[in-house]
Amino acid sequence: MSTSPARPDPVPPLQVVHVPTRVHHPPRHEPVPAVTVNLHRAAGNWSRNRARAKTQVDWEDWRERARAVRADAVEHMPELLDRLQEQVTAAGGHVHRAATAEEANEVVLSVCRDHGADSVVKAKSMTTEEIGLNEALGGAGIDVVETDLVEYIVQALGDRPSHILAPAVHLSAGQVAELFGRLSGEPFDPQDTERLVSYARGVLRERFLSAPVGVTGVNFAVAETGTLIVVESEGNVRLCSSLPRVHVAVMGIEKVIRDWAGAAHLVQMLPLAAHGRLTAAYTSYVTGPARDGDDGPGELHLILLDDGRSQIREGPMAEALNCIRCGACLYACPVYRQVGGHAYGTTYAGPIGAVLTPLLEDLADDTGELAWMSSLCGACTEACPVKIPLDEQLVQLRAATRERDPHRAEAALFSGWSRLWSRSGGYRATAATGGRALSPLWRKLAGGGADDGWSARAPFPFSGWTATRDARDPAAEPFHARWRRHRGR
Amino acid sequence: MRVQLFITCLVDLVYPEVGERTVSLLERLGCEVVFPAGQTCCGQPAYNSGYPDHARPVADRFLEVFGATEGPIVAPFGSCVHMVRHGFARLYAEDPQKLAAARALGARTFDLPSFIVDELGHDQVGGRYPGPEGTPVAYHDECHMVRGLGSVGKPQGLLEGVQGCTVVATERGDLCCGFGGTFAIKLPQVSTAMADEKLDRALAAGAQAIVSTDPGCLMHLEGRARRRNLPLRVHHLVDLLEPEGAL
Repeated sequence: MSTSPARPDPVPPLQVVHVPTRVHHPPRHEPVPAVTVNLHRAAGNWSRNRARAKTQVDWEDWRERARAVRADAVEHMPELLDRLQEQVTAAGGHVHRAATAEEANEVVLSVCRDHGADSVVKAKSMTTEEIGLNEALGGAGIDVVETDLVEYIVQALGDRPSHILAPAVHLSAGQVAELFGRLSGEPFDPQDTERLVSYARGVLRERFLSAPVGVTGVNFAVAETGTLIVVESEGNVRLCSSLPRVHVAVMGIEKVIRDWAGAAHLVQMLPLAAHGRLTAAYTSYVTGPARDGDDGPGELHLILLDDGRSQIREGPMAEALNCIRCGACLYACPVYRQVGGHAYGTTYAGPIGAVLTPLLEDLADDTGELAWMSSLCGACTEACPVKIPLDEQLVQLRAATRERDPHRAEAALFSGWSRLWSRSGGYRATAATGGRALSPLWRKLAGGGADDGWSARAPFPFSGWTATRDARDPAAEPFHARWRRHRGR
Repeated sequence: MRVQLFITCLVDLVYPEVGERTVSLLERLGCEVVFPAGQTCCGQPAYNSGYPDHARPVADRFLEVFGATEGPIVAPFGSCVHMVRHGFARLYAEDPQKLAAARALGARTFDLPSFIVDELGHDQVGGRYPGPEGTPVAYHDECHMVRGLGSVGKPQGLLEGVQGCTVVATERGDLCCGFGGTFAIKLPQVSTAMADEKLDRALAAGAQAIVSTDPGCLMHLEGRARRRNLPLRVHHLVDLLEPEGAL
């Protein structure tokens, strides 16, 4: 099956396509009630599953072991990638190193051209979302079909994924039934999930059988044997990597791991962190193309995508590369659960997205502003199965962002504050001002009203608070003054 | 035992009576309370806003004032203790001398419930709910106390010892209330939605009051409950443990 087909090449020559940057719009700071309802349900399920997961294993010990496997991989990435390349090549695969998204897309396009492919079946992969592969292939006239059920739904809606693992978590069954009704011309009952699934299966099976090229992501790549591991719940990844003549696997270079001991732990940790189960429905292990006489693709191409990762590895936040894309920090995050993945305007949403995106983009295009999509409650860090200190990294990114793009007024405010509050005299002067001395003025600015210690209006910048919440007035006599009055010095 | 009181800026300026009750409670438990008058703030507002260089002089002030003291430092505010324990380590990462001083101070700085339970050895200290007998109350976990300091279950244990109220369980008590310091002003709609979820869950559980240990959460939840005219009162834990407390 490794020989190229005889039919003429239907694919037009490579053209420059627009690869979307990772930021599609500035972060949106409002909840969308319809989305929030769906998210709360999904996050509630996740929370219950996680509670169960913690009773199955020694969770903290498992986290530490998972962190160690990933930290080792990130630390020794260059040598492990060399080893991986050797082993994949030895098994008969082709390895391509892509420094940028454009280079990676070009490799996929040239593979399609070599095989005269005018259609591609694709398994859900955040890395191919990141590089805008669908847009690149579409721009070259190649028909791309997403084969993950929910990714297929998202694609059919012209929508974008809103969660790393559950791309359509922002949608309800009713919305899916409505979409399928429109596509097929027949009504669907939202309760009848079996019929919904079998409709999608019917559409997708035809495409699996006809597409010459299948594209998948990679969850872990084992350097010692050159084995690509893909974890999934639907079986479509396995079909994408086994039915077409050619399998193209796209992975960020950080997905490499040293050996099978590490892989054995991570293939359990990933579904445990994501769904509270020790095994995923499907785990595929791909070592090279099909051997002579075996079924399966005759050609395997592995694309190793850098696209900013080496730079992250050399910086102070390299731990962000430990991420195994389980999506737990998204479900755990109280901000994500209100606004949903689309609010971030990026490929990677949620806390890990707010960390990874600015790092991948080197803070360009205002990506650093994502670091403020957090109340710093630490739920992300607590949920992370590889112990990335996400809340700390968000604080670090805020500092890096303000250094790069100063906000003069805000900087002046904190500078003045710092000068006053680093001395007790300055602090007490502000305290007295905020309290007794300025209390009547504050009440006046706050629009008067009953003096019950709360105001419905407040001067800028506190007006951001009083738009939706009453503000507690500064105490007429702060604690410092009370202590002096009652206890002396 | 002699205790250094770290009052924190928000308690000083907005909730001074929480400070008074803290003093009164610690004294009832046999502590001698010292108040280092030169103290200001831990620097967290600037640090979390991306201005470590402006946070550092304020943190320096904390090191100077409390570095001159001995014995445990206690605050009625978990978030500020979290800043001293963990934020300072990153703030002084490049300054070995101050880092060592910060670590030494962090090791003897405690949130009030942890101090009472772990250092003084009291699982419960009595107290009375300052409102109608039998009021159902929901406990709101302070993120930085639970996840930052690992102080799990201690405030709830103390709350169990309070007379005159019954504690009701709420779903997803682990969720943040949406205060988050400047987050509440920078993303007011998201922050408010988070508060609403918290308040609605408390109401759904039948609570008529919310109790917490973080004056930031209290200010946020009460400010929102008032705006919505919800039948929910909001209290600091120490308001229940020491309702009559005064200097």
